[in-house]
Amino acid sequence: MSARAKTALLQLAASAAAVALAFLTGALIMLLVGVNPLAVYSALFEGVLLNPYGLAQIIFKSTPLMLTGLSVAFAFRAGLFNIGAEGQMIMGGCCCALAGFSLKGLPWLIHAPLCIIAAMAGGMLWAALPGYLKAKRGAHEVITTIMMNFIAAALTNYFVMARFHEPETVHTASIMPSAFLPRLAALSSFFKGSPANAAFFIGLAACALAGWLLWKTALGYEIRAVGLSPDAAAVSGISVARKTMSAFLIAGALAGLASVNFVMGYKHYFEEDFTGGAGFMGIAVALVGQNNPAGVLAAALLFGALSHGTLVINALVPKDIVLILQALLIIFVITFDGIARRYAAANFGEKA
Amino acid sequence: MPSKYTGLLFFAALCAAGLCGCARKQAAESGAKKIGLVFDVGGRGDKSFNDSAYNGMERARKELGIEYSYIEPGEGADKESALRQLASGREGLIFGTGFLFTDDINIVSADFPDKMFACVDYAVNPAKPIAPNVVALKFREQEGSFLVGAIAGLTTKTNVVGFVGGMDIPLIHKFELGYAAGVKAVNPQCKVIVGYAGVTGEAFKNPAKGKAIAFSQIDQGADIIFHASGSTGLGVFEAARERNIKAIGVDSDQYSEAPGYILTSMIKKVDVGLYETVKSWLAGTLKGGVTELGLARDGVGYVYDENNKDLISPETIKKVESLKRKIISGEIKVPSVKENR
Amino acid sequence: MTEQIFAVELRDISIRFGKVTANDSASLRVEKGEIHALVGENGAGKSTLMKILYGMYSPDSGMMKVNGAEAHFSGPRDAIASGIGMVHQHFMLVPPLTVAENVVLGQEPVKGCCAFDSGRARELVAQISRQYGFELDPAAKVETLSVGEQQRLEILKVLFRGAEILILDEPTAVLTPQETTSFFAILRKLKAQGKTVIIITHKLREVMAVSDTVTVMRRGKTVGTVRTAATNEAGLAQMMVGRPVVFQVERRLKTEREIAASPVVLSLEGICAKSDRWLDALCGISFEIRAGEIFGVAGVEGNGQSELIEIITGLRRPQSGRLTLSGQLMDFEENSPARMSKLGVGHVPEDRHRRGLVLDYSVRDNMVLGRQRESQFCSALSRNAEAVAAFGDRMIEDFDIYPADGELAARALSGGNQQKIVVARELSRRPKLLVASQPTRGVDVGAIEFIHRKIIEARDAGAAVLLLSAELSEIMSLSDMIGVIYHGALAGVFPAGSVNEDKIGLLMAGGKLP
Repeated sequence: MSARAKTALLQLAASAAAVALAFLTGALIMLLVGVNPLAVYSALFEGVLLNPYGLAQIIFKSTPLMLTGLSVAFAFRAGLFNIGAEGQMIMGGCCCALAGFSLKGLPWLIHAPLCIIAAMAGGMLWAALPGYLKAKRGAHEVITTIMMNFIAAALTNYFVMARFHEPETVHTASIMPSAFLPRLAALSSFFKGSPANAAFFIGLAACALAGWLLWKTALGYEIRAVGLSPDAAAVSGISVARKTMSAFLIAGALAGLASVNFVMGYKHYFEEDFTGGAGFMGIAVALVGQNNPAGVLAAALLFGALSHGTLVINALVPKDIVLILQALLIIFVITFDGIARRYAAANFGEKA
Repeated sequence: MPSKYTGLLFFAALCAAGLCGCARKQAAESGAKKIGLVFDVGGRGDKSFNDSAYNGMERARKELGIEYSYIEPGEGADKESALRQLASGREGLIFGTGFLFTDDINIVSADFPDKMFACVDYAVNPAKPIAPNVVALKFREQEGSFLVGAIAGLTTKTNVVGFVGGMDIPLIHKFELGYAAGVKAVNPQCKVIVGYAGVTGEAFKNPAKGKAIAFSQIDQGADIIFHASGSTGLGVFEAARERNIKAIGVDSDQYSEAPGYILTSMIKKVDVGLYETVKSWLAGTLKGGVTELGLARDGVGYVYDENNKDLISPETIKKVESLKRKIISGEIKVPSVKENR
Repeated sequence: MTEQIFAVELRDISIRFGKVTANDSASLRVEKGEIHALVGENGAGKSTLMKILYGMYSPDSGMMKVNGAEAHFSGPRDAIASGIGMVHQHFMLVPPLTVAENVVLGQEPVKGCCAFDSGRARELVAQISRQYGFELDPAAKVETLSVGEQQRLEILKVLFRGAEILILDEPTAVLTPQETTSFFAILRKLKAQGKTVIIITHKLREVMAVSDTVTVMRRGKTVGTVRTAATNEAGLAQMMVGRPVVFQVERRLKTEREIAASPVVLSLEGICAKSDRWLDALCGISFEIRAGEIFGVAGVEGNGQSELIEIITGLRRPQSGRLTLSGQLMDFEENSPARMSKLGVGHVPEDRHRRGLVLDYSVRDNMVLGRQRESQFCSALSRNAEAVAAFGDRMIEDFDIYPADGELAARALSGGNQQKIVVARELSRRPKLLVASQPTRGVDVGAIEFIHRKIIEARDAGAAVLLLSAELSEIMSLSDMIGVIYHGALAGVFPAGSVNEDKIGLLMAGGKLP
């Protein structure tokens, strides 16, 4: 067996052990508070996996996480910490909705792509400023992106909601039907009732595209070089400032894109707090996914399943227990993964 | 490629756990009728609206022998999912707590026509008929507000009272209009100053804004301020404490937020609303459409107890009680809709 | 004849890290009470073999005996218990603590139940320090010690733990020549007290000066053990590299007339520049380099060399002066590394780890760093992986880079092989001007010879070369013209042949020629 296959098998085993341990620990806690863990786990299993709706919810929930995770991971490859995915997603959603309800009479083939572009442009715009400040002035992107998050939330809240909100609601007017993304339920009755929509495929495509961009193009080569060794990149003639800017813009576009799942695929309007914290969760997704697109995809599915699972068993156990279980699972998974990699590196020499 | 398989494994483990658990679940089935409740995002533990709903369910469980389960959604997009989940279970009646559930209940109720849904404070859209399996649970806040307005009108020394609203929407206008009418009914000379914290949901969670509005009303002479603004009202209480005036709480008894400074509270008995709904559902008489609870069905009221009996004179209470009877009998009509807006 | 008992005996030790075989049937015998040098090029497997002996790695196969008894260590703790101590290349000291505290760390003497007995610790440490002539003040804070003293402290720590066999990994790498001399005195004292010392190094001069026996390693194997007295530097170098090594690469000295006949490639006039800390770094530097000429700049480090290179490669803007490249006057405002490299400037930076390589990139990817957009490596949008691989593998072959695996990360290679990547990359672009700064620093003998040969080849092919080096011998043996830099100004420029090392050394130190 090749070293790579052995490593993969080991990681699989480690993940299994992590999940088992998390569930075991969770069960102990449930017993402590007097809840029957078997009932909870069976509900979890039935509600998340045995149930078409549950599977569809995983798809729905993981879509924005995939894109924000990708956004954080992409920036990280350039050596940048994009804590601003949240704000970029909010701005993306805002621009997307604006384009969605203010442009009228366009055919779907033009309107929907326009709205997707608007979402990406909004995110890009919001990433451009921290990108510029980092590239040209050396301002630390962690601080600036966090601040931009606050500004995005407050700005959309104030400006958009004050001008464009529907009376007696906390959202804008609905976008035109010509900008709707089709629900998966429209394709197959399997997904009936679920808001899972075509944004999922946009997410999958973005994962593939980001992987291609990073590893198969000259731009990706340059961005990774800047992330790994900015001095060597500069000496070799790569403009660190320009690559920093490019990486930020792409990361912003990805985070902005995350908003279409909600705005174009689900509620069809921009709403306060519509992100549900997906921008921040994207940081965890990127970390668990080791900043590579395939890993981000897997991590987003895991987090999506957890998020839906949380809701499923919430009827049986207090929310606090659910949150503990969720946190435990993540901690165990990353710990065991780390152990497996170190073991693999030491024993089969597979470079981690 | 790390954690490529973690998702898969999570599923596998879930399967295993599920297989063990399936058998047990059958045994746990019982004959009791089941009800579902979805709290607002982050609502549980608000010492007001959501907790009141919880109390109503507890009371129904004890007195009517039902079973219930509840879900606390983690984000806005989970509201629909939570409703759906309860609807696909044994639950026959599902509550959504708050007007933000309106859209979600409209969608989910269409997919589950054999289940009943009830939405507290459902936002009625005149253009859209309410589905036959949806109960729009409304409260006549204007009637409770009228009574606390009367208390304020009889208690004020400066002949100026204030009102602080959260989001500037028809639902909150009911509080404002009832309050103002109550003040005028007992004290026509009294001036009512009105302020709103904003036009977005943020207006319900902005204590700093509430405090600022309260200060400006106090500067204009107000010595009693009624708020209907969620946690924005905490700022109003803070202002009342600092400037030594009285405030009136809303939704539930808010005396403990600022003891000694809370004149009374306009209580919206969500628990009663839920309990009554459950009761008529069990009796088979629950129908879709708007159900309004006012003073008549004890859906709203005001607080007068050990804590605040020194702040309100017995004569005032006597007068207020007679107004209450007049409202119930229909002798007094309390306005609830703003004209020409 | 009875079998001799060795302090250390390693037989057929092999260990692999993934694709790299670090030790391949390596065997070593160290007699009691001798100073045994383990030499080899960077990456030959010396440190790995010693880490196995110290219990840090367990070998895939092979046998280990310590004082005649077979040993199986599951960690350094076991090795220490068997009387083995190791001093690593990078010190492991706690700077704010005193000498005595550092020595007893982990084995603190206690007073009563649990109080640290600092008085007793100092006594113990002072006693050992005196015994071996270490001259260390037990009460001194480590952060106030010189590098040489810190190293003695590391050895003291090992001795305190009862080591009879000491392993020292590249101990002189951080020492000044004076410190090295006194360090050797200490080694001899240890030997006199009956300790066995194994010293890892690749500096042949030191091997000759201090060791009794030498074992040479090459590419993971031990290729031979000889008595130091029976060999010389050239013999050891040949064992290390596997072929005879020439310390002075042959070249044909050009006449002044020949040089003057070639076109000027680089011309600097009155260049003045500030350093990063905004101090005057260069002042009025003027010289020119012609095609086919190596211009060597000798000087003690920190006399403006870094700034000079950065100006020529487009990384820094000077305050004043003119730079002409192939007859084109450069506008400093628009200058950048990308522009200079497009105009034919190749750059071998002095710090290859930080500036020359992306260490986590594969050897192949490093070979095209800066050329990734050239049409042969990149078509329209995507990179041409086959072309990059083919090019990288050809360079690996041409420059004899080991291991010959283009997919290996540059980080996994030894210093010499890493430097070969940089040199290969820069020369493969056929630069008109090659700026080479410390091209052989930290590089082993075989690679030094190779790199020198390649630089001469480039010169002979018509490139202008600017060579900066702290090694005077390197400047002397390669340059056609030699400039001496002192305090940001050229103290003199001479045709090679017309000066000797003494004169240059005098100018480097700020002296005046009579």
